Formats: sequence, C-alpha cells, structure tokens
Amino acid sequence: MSPHLILQVVAKLLIPLIVIFGFYVQFHGEYGPGGGFQAGVIIAVAVILYALIFGIEAARRTVPPVVVRFGAALGVLIFAGVGVATLFMNGAGEPLNYLDYDALHPDQGHHTGQHYGIILIEIGVLTTVSSVMLAIFYAFAGRVPDIPDEEW
Amino acid sequence: MQFLADFLPAGIAMHAPALIVVIPLITAALAALMPNGRVAWIVALITAAAVALLSLNLLGQVMNEGVISYHMGGWAPPLGIEYRVDMLNVALLLLVGFVGLLCVFYALPSVADEIAENKQALFYSAFLVCFAGLLGVTITGDAFNVFVFLEISSISTYVLIAMGAGKDRRALTASYNYLILGTIGATFFVIGVGFLYMATGTLNMADMAAILEANGHNRVSQAAFAFIVVGLGLKAAMFPLHVWLPNAYAFAPNFVTAFLASTATKVAFYALIRFLFSVFHPDVSFVEMSFVWLFAVVGTIAMVVASLQAVFQTDARRLLAYSSVAQVGYMMLGLGMGTASGLSAGLLHLMNHALMKGALFMALGAFALNFGVRRIKDLAGMGKTMPASAMAFTIAGLSLVGVPLTVGFTSKWYLVTAALERGWWWAVAALMLSSLLALAYVARLLSAIWMDSPPTHHGELTQRRLAPWMVLVPMSILALANIYFFFHADPLVWLARSAAEAVMGGS
Amino acid sequence: MLEILAERFNYIPIIILMMIGLYVVIATGNLVKRLVGLSIFQTSVFLLYITIGKVFGGAPPILEDYKADDGYGHGGEGEAYGAAEAGHAAETAAGHGADQAAPAADAAHQAAEVLYSNPLPHVLILTAIVVGVATLAVGLALVVRIREAYGTIEDDALNTADYSLESGSAE
Repeated sequence: MSPHLILQVVAKLLIPLIVIFGFYVQFHGEYGPGGGFQAGVIIAVAVILYALIFGIEAARRTVPPVVVRFGAALGVLIFAGVGVATLFMNGAGEPLNYLDYDALHPDQGHHTGQHYGIILIEIGVLTTVSSVMLAIFYAFAGRVPDIPDEEW
Repeated sequence: MQFLADFLPAGIAMHAPALIVVIPLITAALAALMPNGRVAWIVALITAAAVALLSLNLLGQVMNEGVISYHMGGWAPPLGIEYRVDMLNVALLLLVGFVGLLCVFYALPSVADEIAENKQALFYSAFLVCFAGLLGVTITGDAFNVFVFLEISSISTYVLIAMGAGKDRRALTASYNYLILGTIGATFFVIGVGFLYMATGTLNMADMAAILEANGHNRVSQAAFAFIVVGLGLKAAMFPLHVWLPNAYAFAPNFVTAFLASTATKVAFYALIRFLFSVFHPDVSFVEMSFVWLFAVVGTIAMVVASLQAVFQTDARRLLAYSSVAQVGYMMLGLGMGTASGLSAGLLHLMNHALMKGALFMALGAFALNFGVRRIKDLAGMGKTMPASAMAFTIAGLSLVGVPLTVGFTSKWYLVTAALERGWWWAVAALMLSSLLALAYVARLLSAIWMDSPPTHHGELTQRRLAPWMVLVPMSILALANIYFFFHADPLVWLARSAAEAVMGGS
Repeated sequence: MLEILAERFNYIPIIILMMIGLYVVIATGNLVKRLVGLSIFQTSVFLLYITIGKVFGGAPPILEDYKADDGYGHGGEGEAYGAAEAGHAAETAAGHGADQAAPAADAAHQAAEVLYSNPLPHVLILTAIVVGVATLAVGLALVVRIREAYGTIEDDALNTADYSLESGSAE
C-alpha cells in the first residue's frame, strides 16, 4: 500500500477540477478577466501536481516531453498564423494589416472578427504557455532523482 | 533604383515591415520541430534569405516613398503599435539581414562540429528567435516594443552563448554573467521607458518626441534619459559597461560569436541613437552635454584603454572582443560629435566594423574547426596550413587597423574629417593612438599566422587542410567586401549619410 | 520635505526594493541568490509601472455592461478591449467591479462618465513579467548546468576553478 494514498486520492479529485478551472479562465478571457497566460499556467499546474504526487515518470508518460516541445512550437504557430491569415483575408475589400482581427469575419458592426481573433490568439497563448511551463518543470525536475519511498 | 521597390509582389511588399519580423518568429517555431540539425539549418537559411530580400525591398520603398509607417492590427498610432521604417532603420535591417544570411550559410559545418546532434534543431530555433528580436528592435516605433524585442533577442543570446559549453565549460559562467548584466541593463531601460511614459503619456516614439518638444523637459524626462542611456549602453557594450562581452564572445560557439559581433551590439547601439536623436532632441541642453562630456569622452577612453587591454590577451577571440569594445568607442565618438557628419561617420564605422569582425571571427572559427585552436600561439603557421582562411583573416585584420585599400581606412578617414570639422584635435590624436594599438594587436595575430612555422606532429609539419567551402564562401565574401567598399565607398557612405540625415533632420 | 515624501509615498517602497535587489545582485557570491536579487529588482519596476497606472478615484478599467449592448456599443469599444487585456492583471479587482454592475441602458454613454484607472501599464507589466519569468528560467537552467560542470555555485570557487584551468597560460 502506497504511503501517499491520501495524497493520491485527493489529487485525483483535484486535478480535473484544476483543468476545468483552467479552461473556464481561458474561455472567459475574451470578454472578461482571464486569458491564455493564466489558463496556461493553471493547466500546467495540474500536470505538475500529478508529477509531484505520482512521480515524474508517470507524468512523462501522460504528457511526453515530445508533446511539450511540439505544443510550445504549435502555440507560436497558431498565434503568428492568425496574423498571417488576416493578411490574406481582406475582409471588407480594403487591405488590412498584420493581426487585424476584423479580417476574420465580415460583420464589422458587432466586431465579431475581433472576438474570433482574440479567441484564436488565446488558444495559441494557452498552448505555448502550458507547454513551456511544463518544459521548464521537466527540465529542472528531471535533473535530480525522485525521493525514494523509504524517506517519506 | 525603382526595381528595389518592385521586385516583390505588391501584396507582400505592402506587409514587408511586419513580415520581416514575423517570418523568423514562425520559422523559429518550425525549426524547433525539425527532426535534425540539417533540416533546421535549411529552414534558417531560407528565413535569412527571405529577410535579406525583404530588407532590400524596404530600402527601395523608403527611397521612393520616404518613411513607412505600418500599423499593427490596424490600430493607428499613437494608440496602436507602429512599425516605422526610415533610412536609419533600413541601413540596420540591411546589415542584420545580409550579415545574418552569410552567417547562417557559414553555420552548418561550424555548428555540426560544436553542438551535439540532438540539440542542433533547437539551436537554430534559438538563433532564429534572436534574429527576429534584433530585427524587431530595429523596425519598431514603439518604446515598450523595443524592450520586448531586446529581451527576446537577449534571452535567446544567453542560450546560444551557453551552448559553447560543449567545448569549454566557461561558456556557462560567461553566459550567466551576461544574463545578470543584460537583465539589469534591460530593466534600467524599462525604468527609463516608464519615466518617459509618465512624462508624456504615450509609448510611440514619434509621439513622445512631439510631446517632449511641445512641453519641454523636466526632471522626469531627464531621469528617463539617464536610465535609457545606461540600459542600452550595457546592451551595446559601451566602455565601462562592457565587462560581460569579452568572455561571452570568447566562449560562445564560433558561429554565434561571428553573428553577435557583427549584429547584436550594433542593434543596441542603433536603439541608443534612435532614443538620443528621435525621442530626445540633440538640441536639448542636457542631451547635447551628454554628447560632449559622456559619449565623446568615454568613447575616446574606450578607444585607447580597450585597445590596450586587447594587446595583452592570450586568447584570440578575447583579443578581438576587446577590440570590439574599442570599436564601439569609435562609434560613440562619432555620435558624440553631435553633427550630421560625425553621426554618419559613426554609422559608417558601425557597418564597416560588422564586415571586419564578421570575417575575422569566421576565420577564427575556420581555424578552430580544422585544428581546434583558440589561443594566439596556437595560430602559428596557419598561413601555410590554411592559406585561404589566413588571407581572409589578414585582409579583415588590416581593415581593423585602418590600412588604406580597406574599408577601415574609409570610416576612420570620415571620423577624422568630422572631428576636425569640430576642431577636436585630441580626438584625432586618440584615433591615431588607438590605430597604433590596433596595429600592435593585429600584428601579434598576423605574425603568429604568417611568420611562425606550423607545429610538428611526429616529426612532420602539419599538412595543409582546406576549410569546407561553406565556410570559405561567406568568409571570402565578407573579406572581399572589406576591399570592395573601399573602392566603391559611395553606397555605404550614402547609406550612412542619409541615415544620419534622417534622424538629424526630422523629428 | 515631509510633504514631498507624502505626495510620492508610492515610490518609497519601490526605491527600497530596487536598492535591495541591486545590492543583493552585487554583494552575494551565490549564483542563485544573485538571481533572487535580480527578481526583486525587476519586481520593483513592475510596481513602479502599476502605481503610475493608478488614477485617484478611478474604477477598475472594465466595462460593466458588456451584455447590455451586443456589440460593445460604439464609443466604448476602446475601453472594452483595454478591459479584456487589463483583466489579466486585475483579476481580483475585476470580480469586485462586476458585483457593482448597475443596470444602465447605454454602456458606451456610461463609459464616458466613469473615471477609469489606466489599464495600459498593467498590460505592459504582464509582458514584462513574462520576460522576467523567461529570464529567471534561463538563469536557473544555467546555474544547474554550472553546478553540474563545476560542482559549486559560489562565485569565488568558480573563479578558482577557472584559474587553475588557465594556470598554464600567461594570463
């Protein structure tokens, strides 16, 4: 029987809640306080908590470092890609500039394009921030061996 | 020169100011995903070529239409972020673009030798981030944006320098010290920008200049000036703030040293010029005083003292690094004259210095690649074992001294002329003294290369070993440029002069 | 004198923190402690920016009735986007502001009347914090590598180790 039983049970309860809260902050960010930075950190925290309780190896199996590296690059690509997309989608006929969200939707009166733009950008930010936070954690935590169970 | 503005399709040319920063950022993410270093290198090469083309195109646009103002996200300045391109920016963009292209071309054999195979893709990714940051500092017209891009380039630079640890663990401490000092510099800069924001309520540089001119200066803007000068001075390795530079250049991978020596400090120096001339006006009394009593005086001291320090180095790259500090002194002197001719001479020296140092560090990299040498006494006999690289090194070295028939002579000539215009005889004397010291340290290198005999190996002289052609080509281009631009000095002189006029005349 | 200090009281803790941070960076020989000092120094600058964004009597810069008008109104759109971004830095303040939401018909009209704090410094500092985190991460990674390479993170010991490496040369 594992000496961390209570911790493990509590963590299993908490981790889904943390992730849900992270997504709440994420999708709230377009018209209220919140956004990709905070959400990214919160979601990364869920994985870090998992790594603390179940060990770094288990976390590495769940979210492999390759995925982390891919995610960090993918987020940047989403962010920059939205900007590049606006260059090619000349919304109301007139040429628009880099990251001009108005290009994303023809409805100028209600600024729907701006909503779309912010949501897309925030998804990119979320991906990169959570990946980079995990990458930093893996880089540091992977350097020292786990505390053996006998020392608890 | 119409073709310069027209060779790209209008849709791309219109967005060139944004694309020149965005393309390296996107490809940096792509390079990180590449399976091995070779593919990542191809991505980096394509990026650098695209950036060089875009910078040429921007030159054509600026020549035809004057200052370009690009509104990020369609938000008009002063509220939105503006990318603003005038002759001064374009000169720096061309420099970073083309030197960057040559350096990337040079990178493949050098990086393959120095960086572990599984880290090469990420290495190129970090390089591209640094590249994007430098271009961003150059092109943006927003004061806080300068800070962000400055830190983007700096943080990736720390990583790039630390990658030299595979060869010499001192790269780690060098990178750490640069990180501490670089961050203090960036934080000083951001304090200065904060004070400027307090004084003007805007972050757009052109808008700041207009408000400062209308409202006059007060204690807050003076404090901002001091913080910005110290902060950017740290990044540009201005003389008393240069302690991070020698070790960083000496222990970084060769490709990184060649790239940084010819671009990074130059871009920080550009940012300084931009703030001194475009945001603060050189006619304002405290700015004018800082020119004479700070930049000219400290620049003169740097020219002499750093050259003296260079003479006594044992490590070849560290010697050249101290020489770089001295060359920044020349630029400071040119800037400190506060006249259009002085500033253009300083800018000319900035560009010429990039040509010389690029070639010198590339040649040292070639020596290190073939024989693994870095100390001056180990360069013995390189003239016989690696004649082509040694020739390139010699040409660039003579250019560093300022021997006629090289660009070094051209820019020192213009500096002397500008100093005489102001009647600064002491500056001319210091220039001569510093050139003599440069002769001394370059002679140490050249005598080891040409006079000493190659080391013997089991009783036989070391065999001649040619550097890979990918190393030779960019190195020769830079070395020959040192001669070419002496005979055809007009393009560079014109570029430097119109850049100086762009900031002196306007704003 | 006292009056001058009282008027500028927000700068006093900032200056104290700034000096503590710089002093730690200079005085300590431990590489990790030096990074701690650097972080304190940077944090003082964040505070500087945030305090200059405060407008006396100003409400949190969040548009209260974003649902009253589907399109954010027309005059108030600038504030709305400022609000979305400022929200990053002012989360707690925002919850407070939402509680007080008054039923007003025209959000844009209201926006013109309410005095808001300046959200821009917060946005800037959000960026600066990210830069600071990145710097700290790179710095700590370097310290880890330095410890692996040298077995110490004390400046003096590092200098000695490098000096013994070079003792053969004339330097």
